[in-house]
Amino acid sequence: MNDLADGYVTADGRQIGPVVMEMKNITLRFGGVEAIKDISFDIRQGEIRAIIGPNGAGKSSMLNVISGFYVPQDGEVWYQGSRRPPMKPYEVAQQGIARTFQNIALFEGMTVLDNVMTGRLTNMKTGMLWQSIWKGKAEREETENREVAEKIIDFLEIQAIRKTPVSRLSYGLKKRVELARALAAEPSILLLDEPMAGMNVEEKEDMSRFILDVNDEFGTTIALIEHDMGVVMDLSDRVVVMDYGKKIGDGTPHEVRNNQDVIDAYLGVAHD
Amino acid sequence: MFYREAGDFSTSYPEDSQTFPIKFDRYRYYLVLFIAIVVIPFFINDYWVNSLFLPFLIYAIAAIGLNILVGYCGQVSLGTGGFMAVGAYACYKLMTSFPDVSMVILVLLSGLITALVGVIFGLPSLRIKGFYLAVATLAAQFFLVWLFNRVPWFYNYSASGQISAPERTFFGIEITGPNTQAWATYLFCLMFVIASAYVARNLTRGSMGRKWMAIRDMDIAAEIIGVNPLRAKLTAFAVSSFFIGISGALFFAIYLGAVEVGEVFGIQKSFLVLFMIIIGGLGSIFGSFAGAAFLVLLPVALKIVGVDWLDWPTDIVAHLQLVIVGGLIIVFLIAEPHGLAQLWRVAKEKLRLWPFPH
Ligand SMILES: Nc1ncnc2c1ncn2[C@@H]1O[C@H](COP(=O)(O)OP(=O)(O)OP(=O)(O)O)[C@@H](O)[C@H]1O
Ligand SMILES: [Mg+2]
Repeated sequence: MNDLADGYVTADGRQIGPVVMEMKNITLRFGGVEAIKDISFDIRQGEIRAIIGPNGAGKSSMLNVISGFYVPQDGEVWYQGSRRPPMKPYEVAQQGIARTFQNIALFEGMTVLDNVMTGRLTNMKTGMLWQSIWKGKAEREETENREVAEKIIDFLEIQAIRKTPVSRLSYGLKKRVELARALAAEPSILLLDEPMAGMNVEEKEDMSRFILDVNDEFGTTIALIEHDMGVVMDLSDRVVVMDYGKKIGDGTPHEVRNNQDVIDAYLGVAHD
Repeated sequence: MFYREAGDFSTSYPEDSQTFPIKFDRYRYYLVLFIAIVVIPFFINDYWVNSLFLPFLIYAIAAIGLNILVGYCGQVSLGTGGFMAVGAYACYKLMTSFPDVSMVILVLLSGLITALVGVIFGLPSLRIKGFYLAVATLAAQFFLVWLFNRVPWFYNYSASGQISAPERTFFGIEITGPNTQAWATYLFCLMFVIASAYVARNLTRGSMGRKWMAIRDMDIAAEIIGVNPLRAKLTAFAVSSFFIGISGALFFAIYLGAVEVGEVFGIQKSFLVLFMIIIGGLGSIFGSFAGAAFLVLLPVALKIVGVDWLDWPTDIVAHLQLVIVGGLIIVFLIAEPHGLAQLWRVAKEKLRLWPFPH
């Protein structure tokens, strides 16, 4: 399937486009630790791409490379057909790549609405002078962006808590608000680091549904890290499997599940 | 009249994001403005203007400025006194160099110059945080005071080493120098206070404020949503110093008239304004006013009660003041970081639901 340059249509009728992001031979070291060893993979337009692997495999490190927190010692990141120069995380965000964190990283001092509105900051360009006057340009921009934020809030069914300070929310709701903040940017690629970690079954189902809906309705390309194999098999179009910083599998959920290396890694044959 | 929001629905987003979404609050705000602008000038005299109103108004501007940096953007600063001094000396140099330019413009320019200096001293904030940043701003404080003491150009080579404000008028009315009238200086400062509060409120409720708060709450997450931390922090330093510079200019030109920098803009000033925003409420414009009012009123009230009524010795009363302020700082830091503003908010919340709390 990988050689279908311009994309294909999935069994459930979703259009998968050409490659939008490509990681080429990424190597990342922390001192002596090689967190990522010469890994290459790509992400196609409109697909849900999962990254799985045991603890410490280097999955979060890979997302951090994509979003600019870590600069790999070796390798290239290609985005939308050109090689990306080293970038700061905020520059990556301005390119339309949004993400959530493994450990929730919300703005605890703000309400849900304000958190979601921060997700729109890359779209808000009114200068300081206009902002200090408020009436006119700044107010108009605020209203326009508020409308988008409210749409996201409706979409993720968090209307009832929009004025609640984030610090008062349950873990599951916080994860949802973090997704809302990322979505508010209307990203072209959404990176989710274990969006369902620590959730109960019901919350996981909700989250899975939201992820599918986001992909379906907004056409957002999603790369997600997840431990729950069931969820991964249900959600993703293609899966990258990492273990000890190496890529040990890449393909459809079905292909990956029958890959002997993957089975070994998960059953802990080689190490542990 | 009851404090209620029933029947008071926001039907649009602009309405929902107003400063005072509840009608009652809005009316009270207009009432306060009316009293401040129209009523007080008729009753004000030299004693009240110098012991209460001018310090309150001017400190309120400084507190708003510091609150933007500390309360909204989370960058601790102990350099307030130094930055006020920049505003004061900038104003002095401008007043003596351009005697014909309006004081409003000169005060604003003093703010801009201070903003520039603030940005320079804000540069370390890109590398260091919290305690270490506080120490760096402390260094700025001492450096600036030393600079204004040591370089005679700043005080126009005057023999005393002091700066004193020449007489200037505003619409033909004297606002600096020895022959000013209470109502005139009061209104001149009030004008800056209202404008500062308006601008600060607008900057903090929109995208700029969210950038600052994002940096304050979690800088990594702020970066990931596209906030350039360098720019966000430096704009906070700039805007904050702008207000602090204005307050320093007013403090010198309108309030004191003559200034010896180490005495007036020393480290105590930095702490005083910091205490104002801690007691008043971090991250709240209203809190800046509340804190300024509290710390300006406290010594006056203590003097009236302690010295005048109870005949206590003055030094006891002075110490009592330190104890009270110290105690309050501890209480607020531990129990209520959002200060008086939060207590006020909670009280309103209770009132709003009264008599049915659930
Ligand atoms: N900032 C860092 N400094 C040093 N070592 C790091 C750093 N970040 C990650 N590592 C190391 O890199 C390796 C991969 O970590 P990473 O967080 O990417 O794993 P992961 O696959 O996300 O694991 P988990 O499933 O537990 O989240 C680990 O050995 C980790 O200790
Ligand atoms: Mg991880």
